[in-house]
Amino acid sequence: MTLTSQKTSADLRGNKPVMEVRNLRIHYETPKGAVQAVAGVSFDLYAGETLGLVGESGCGKSTTAYGILQLINPPGHIVEGSSITLDGQDILKLSEREFRKLRWESLSLIPQGAMNALNPTMRISGQIADVIEAHEGRQNRAELKNRILELFKTVGLPARIYDMYPHELSGGMKQRVCIAMAIALNPTVVIADEATSALDVVVQRVVAQTMLKVKDLLGVSMIMIGHDMGLMAQMVDRIAVMYAGNIVEIAPVRNLFKNPMHPYSQILIDSIPSLKEKKPLKITEGITHDPRNPPPGCIFQLRCPLVMDRCRTEKPVLRELQPRQNVACHLYEDNASEAVRVLDKVVERKTDKKPEQKNQPQKNQVQKNQAQKKKSKGKGK
Amino acid sequence: MSEPLLSIRNASKFYQVGGGLGQKKREVVALQNFNLDIAHKPATITTIAGESGSGKTTLANLVLGFTSLSTGQIIYQGKDTALMDRAEALEYRRNVQAVFQDPFGVYNPFYRIEHLFDLAIKNFSLAKSDKEARDRIEEALNAVGLLGEEILRKYPHQLSGGQRQRIMMARAYMIKPKLIVADEPVSMVDASLRAAILDVMLRMRDKENISFLYITHDLSTAYQVGDQIFILYQGSTAEKGQTTAVIDKPHHPYVKLLVDSVPQPDPDEKWGEDIELPDEESMRNADAQGCRFYPRCPERMDKCLTAQPPLYAVGQREHEASCYLYDHNKLGEVAGKR
Repeated sequence: MTLTSQKTSADLRGNKPVMEVRNLRIHYETPKGAVQAVAGVSFDLYAGETLGLVGESGCGKSTTAYGILQLINPPGHIVEGSSITLDGQDILKLSEREFRKLRWESLSLIPQGAMNALNPTMRISGQIADVIEAHEGRQNRAELKNRILELFKTVGLPARIYDMYPHELSGGMKQRVCIAMAIALNPTVVIADEATSALDVVVQRVVAQTMLKVKDLLGVSMIMIGHDMGLMAQMVDRIAVMYAGNIVEIAPVRNLFKNPMHPYSQILIDSIPSLKEKKPLKITEGITHDPRNPPPGCIFQLRCPLVMDRCRTEKPVLRELQPRQNVACHLYEDNASEAVRVLDKVVERKTDKKPEQKNQPQKNQVQKNQAQKKKSKGKGK
Repeated sequence: MSEPLLSIRNASKFYQVGGGLGQKKREVVALQNFNLDIAHKPATITTIAGESGSGKTTLANLVLGFTSLSTGQIIYQGKDTALMDRAEALEYRRNVQAVFQDPFGVYNPFYRIEHLFDLAIKNFSLAKSDKEARDRIEEALNAVGLLGEEILRKYPHQLSGGQRQRIMMARAYMIKPKLIVADEPVSMVDASLRAAILDVMLRMRDKENISFLYITHDLSTAYQVGDQIFILYQGSTAEKGQTTAVIDKPHHPYVKLLVDSVPQPDPDEKWGEDIELPDEESMRNADAQGCRFYPRCPERMDKCLTAQPPLYAVGQREHEASCYLYDHNKLGEVAGKR
């Protein structure tokens, strides 16, 4: 199982989208009003593409994914006016019966924490057979077994687990069983919800590489939900950054990491701890608004270091500022393509307030400098 | 050198498993021959890193006294913790505080936040009057960037994960311990709020001389705040040393693989070639005599099967790796390939 190519983001512009999500709104009804978990999300997913959906917990990234699968439980519901088109068909208009057929055949899920997603009382073979037979009817035993073993091979599982129970497998193997199940019916779109976040680093790498390989092999499109930016950088072609139920920026992965434009994206990219250099911690504080009652104007205004008057009244829309990089922010009014570096301003502001912070030579700082010196020495060798 | 604050000597912990009908009892090694010193001054952040099952949480539980050692000693300021009398044990419990992983699980939802602080003040008799108690609580909350009037009357469900975790830090800090055992304190907090908690750790270390035993699986946060690091593999130290030295130039094959597998937040720096994991059984061989990494090691030798390799010096400032590759290494001359 040696992997040859990790397909990097091909230019997908000429490609036709396999899925179009338009103005998706998902609300949870509460006695004090509806929580707007997803507040008008629109994006396209192209054939063979991996789209990352990132953001902090509670920003609506998982809700978006479960909305696409129509697995939202009451009191949550998809609000009238949302539309999701898959292969030219508006799937929100289908009846539950029609959609059930589509679910898994066209849209499948690799769930979060696969350790709990498998039925502990069924053998692995039985669970995968179940998926296949529920959609394709009763199968010839020998053929079915071959098909399952073929799936095992695709995701790098040994044949001996065929008759095993989930508790006999490690976390990484269970996760790969879930991948095998997700691709069993050759779907158009696979949604991976934090599929590797419960795994150890080395195992995570193995499973992530399996996912990439399988994706390329079958040519499926994938939506990857997660909060690990490192993993996103390794795996996805495009990233959508979500904040409080809205996409604030959607861009090719390289652009987002090298030239994030929305203030929230910049804070997100900057808060990634590095293994390469020791840098001072940047603290960005802030409270999010009550999700039942978002403020008028920009949803990020309460935390934005560069908030302007306009942001409090007028909601910015996603506009293409760089090729395929769409940003919803008033900072870029004249369609400027240069990113306004928010964090430089944050640091400036902080030092304005408390000048003593900078002047005090902290021991901490000294140690960091030493560490850096040591590091540069090490590199020189 | 003065006496260390905390010293762990040849610590091992075995768990008995099995023994059910028709099953043979066997021992699982959670921690084996572990040694660690935490100096009195200056305060340091010692990172214990490793994958799940490597024994890092076992170590935390041992230091906090939740479980007892199978063999070995934990010595606090010259006294074996297993042999302490009541008063000494209470003193130890006061000086060694804990912050746990899950900021949602540690609170009793029925009590307001102030209860948490009042209880600690009462149990350790920290204040003589209500006024003094209030002041202490306020000071502790300020140290983590919170205000008493905003927080104390609230219930846990009204606070965010980051706030809850900082309150736990404040509680530990109020008791003015010498050591805080922080078991994955940031793994359940959002990335943008992690920095705030790590910053509290740094400030407590530098201003209050509180040392930390920082237990994590996340090498990048350890790299940002840690002083010395111990990387565990299946209960034994694979490599130890100064955090930057170990991560910049890892020597043990497992640590190399580990550092190499951390996904880089840079789309232009992809993982190298695919790696494969060997079978589960061969990886979890509890009876193995030799190096525990043998089944997965790309550089394994016959020698590795004979006995567990001791820690060999591979660099400066007690940078050591438990691998026979460095058997004949002299200090400072290290040909580590990465």
